[in-house]
Amino acid sequence: MPVDPAATGAAAASPAGRAPAMQHRITLTINGTRRQMEVAPWTTLLDLLREEMELTGTKKGCDHGQCGACTVLLNGQRINSCLALAVTKDGAEVLTVEGLAAADGTLHPMQAAFVEHDAFQCGYCTPGQICSAVGLLKEGHARSAEEIRELMSGNLCRCGAYPNIVAAIEQAMQQAGVAAR
Amino acid sequence: MPNSETHFGAPRSRVDGRLKVTGAAKYAGEFTAPDLAHGYVVSSAIAKGRITAIDTAAAEAAPGVLRVFTHENRPTTAWLNSSYRDEVAPPGKPFRPLYDAEVVYSGQPVALVVAESFEAARDAAALVRVTYEHAPHETNLRNVLAEAYVPPKERPGIDPPPNPRGDAAAAYAAAPIKVENGYHVAPEHHNPMEPHATTVVWEAGGKLTIHDKIQGAQNTQSYVTSVFSLPKKDVRVIAPFVGGAFGSGLRPQYQLFLAVMASLELKRSVRVVLTRDQMFTFGYRPDTIQTLALGADREGRLQAVMHEAIAGTSPFEDFQEVVVNWSGLAYHCDNVDLKYKLAKIDTYTPLDMRAPGAPLGMFALESGMDELAHALKIDPLELRLRNYAEMDQNTGRQFSSKELRAAYRLGAERFGWARRSHEPRSMREGRELIGWGMATGVWEAGMQQASARATLTAGGKLEVAIATADIGTGTYTILTQIAADALGLRMEDVTARIGDSALPTSPIEGGSWTAASAGSAVQAACYAVRETLLNYARRMENSPLANAGLDHVVFTAGHIALRSDPSRSVSFADAMRAGGVDRIEQEETTAPDKGNMAKFSPYTHAAVFAEVRVDEELGAVRVTRVVDAIAAGRIINPKTARSQIIGGVVFGIGMALTEESMLDHRLGRFMNHNIAEYHLPVNADIREIDVLFVDEEESKANPIGVKGLGEIGIVGTAAAIANAVFHATGKRIRELPITLDKLLD
Ligand code: FES
Ligand code: FES
Repeated sequence: MPVDPAATGAAAASPAGRAPAMQHRITLTINGTRRQMEVAPWTTLLDLLREEMELTGTKKGCDHGQCGACTVLLNGQRINSCLALAVTKDGAEVLTVEGLAAADGTLHPMQAAFVEHDAFQCGYCTPGQICSAVGLLKEGHARSAEEIRELMSGNLCRCGAYPNIVAAIEQAMQQAGVAAR
Repeated sequence: MPNSETHFGAPRSRVDGRLKVTGAAKYAGEFTAPDLAHGYVVSSAIAKGRITAIDTAAAEAAPGVLRVFTHENRPTTAWLNSSYRDEVAPPGKPFRPLYDAEVVYSGQPVALVVAESFEAARDAAALVRVTYEHAPHETNLRNVLAEAYVPPKERPGIDPPPNPRGDAAAAYAAAPIKVENGYHVAPEHHNPMEPHATTVVWEAGGKLTIHDKIQGAQNTQSYVTSVFSLPKKDVRVIAPFVGGAFGSGLRPQYQLFLAVMASLELKRSVRVVLTRDQMFTFGYRPDTIQTLALGADREGRLQAVMHEAIAGTSPFEDFQEVVVNWSGLAYHCDNVDLKYKLAKIDTYTPLDMRAPGAPLGMFALESGMDELAHALKIDPLELRLRNYAEMDQNTGRQFSSKELRAAYRLGAERFGWARRSHEPRSMREGRELIGWGMATGVWEAGMQQASARATLTAGGKLEVAIATADIGTGTYTILTQIAADALGLRMEDVTARIGDSALPTSPIEGGSWTAASAGSAVQAACYAVRETLLNYARRMENSPLANAGLDHVVFTAGHIALRSDPSRSVSFADAMRAGGVDRIEQEETTAPDKGNMAKFSPYTHAAVFAEVRVDEELGAVRVTRVVDAIAAGRIINPKTARSQIIGGVVFGIGMALTEESMLDHRLGRFMNHNIAEYHLPVNADIREIDVLFVDEEESKANPIGVKGLGEIGIVGTAAAIANAVFHATGKRIRELPITLDKLLD
């Protein structure tokens, strides 16, 4: 059955008559593990991760693409997973905050930098910030604190940890050999 | 007597940091259970009236739906209003979700749809049809000012304005220099990044484990036991992590009631998570309209202070916060008249939001002081020094400590304040006008009674436990530091347990009192452990510590050693063996010293300096530099402390420039109820924030000499920015936020 994601994403838009949801088989590689799964057409990647896979490291702050708490890396690119319907991502590789540290528990340099610089308080925006920052480094656009601030502005932090987030990213950038400033 | 402190005062990384950066920290809506059902709230579409019909048939027929709860079928809960009153409730009748057909505010929950999946519940919620009979509503505070009243019942813990002193009206009339103006700060919503959520895990037999977004697990526990008439032993609240709250988690919110109700009825586990929109359907920083009049002599010495505030509250509760009292204690003045009134509007009850009341009142006072400085051609900092308050004239008490002078001096030095030119519009770079402004901040340094337990094992591991919370403040970390120091342990050997109603009694985490309250209790419990340990060691055969008192020994590296001869020592394990125990557990309760409280006023102070750049053509304001110099007693952890202040300053920047919950009075509803239209500061809005802690010896406010930092960072910030905007542009904006339309006029 063809799926039009635009027509099935919103709350009231499931089919009239409300027959049990048609499930779609997709394959995702999540944090390095390939998994086949059945998903309803309206399930977002975020809800799939949080509710079905119990990967609650990825956060829901708004469900509307306004806060960045749900940022994950999809095929290496940072995206808001609340805006992505899982069915449309068949075959993709998803990296969440749970998949960043090494198998032996060693933190990813970005995670370590966040701890060292106290780049969070409540921690709720943090997984999104970290995934976003990892994506930012990969993009290679940010060369200065100014640019980091601009390019990290899709990730809100109500605790206001911004100066420390910038400092942590600068450190991780330097470690990765990307010139900051 | 105290051990040498290795951790207290040292910048330590958060002990819960690893959990937070790996996604392992679990928040209220992330706990689960095999039988978990999902609730989705239907919100009222009108601000006032009655529900005449509610049609749930289609929703109930939708696949996966278990039950639709409305006022028509909700189970019976407690009768008395008092049963719904929580630990920090203001006077009035607390809101009861799904109580009856009355609608008292827009966004009020009118139904809960519970389904097998989140999507099914959300989908079915859209099928609930509600028919209303509208009644006229009033949400515009300005229309009800004539009905303003002095709250007949005080909210516990909130001081009403002090009695007038001197004769403010006469002194004002006689003063050669006067400023009198109205001030307004827009209502704001807390908007923690984690939406409010409750997961109720139901066990056969009806025992509930509740994961709630709350700033005090025991507040949720007592609310649930009293509303649902459950025995305490059947309700355990576990909330180890809270994704920001800023006051929004002080009181149990309606998702808690709904989740517990559904769980008890359906006899299964239920989770209810609010949407971001619904985060605008409960408490907020109240709409508060202020007038301030300052009279001064020609040297700038205050002759009269008159400050009045009228704040909006709900039809059902008299929310109160301290708005005007600050004007009676921030500066010396003998003629002071302060008034605080409420007026009812048809919204939900306002709710404490970071430094409730203080940034509002201090915005007026500190803007007024800046206006006075300008009128007198006196440097704004110099004006504050001329009016420095040596005592708290509101109560006639001495300050427990007050190093605000040092904060002014060091903050000014760091900022380069001496280079400021007095005239507005005198600094520019290209098309940007540059302005420098400053303000004073003040906040209470409270302490509450609290209990903590410390347990030391023979293996040298220490656990400290107290039912307080860590809402991002760093509670886990500072309690670990305090405990480790008390017994001379490494932080790795100490575990702090909090966020659990089963732990020793603690007040909610709020009011900037957690470090003082929980910290003192934890230290006392650890000290009790030390004493027991020493007693065991002394009683050992041929004990090298036989005659040693606590003053003669140090606790270090798992040993008790003589101070005078550290080679003479007993290991913790040997002492416990001698005592015939394999663990020592002590619980202690600490409370403020009554004698000190009768004599001294404990306050935290701040001197905030801000630089803004204003695009002259576009009116856009950027805060390019903030220096916040803080006098807050002893600092337990400079790293997390700095973060607390930075967070407060960012809140202040939001208040000054962007944050505004806009009411559509026609609909009686907050209309920008999402974070695309409610503008929280983003990373690009925040530049340099320099935090300084000045040395301040504090020995009276609490046993550990700290003052709390969660709130002081916001208090003067918005005022300093508004003053900087005036200095840049020559425009005095007395209505926050300073959006560009106000500068382009
Ligand atoms: S939850 Fe996806 S952007 Fe907010
Ligand atoms: S750390 Fe709390 S929202 Fe960013």
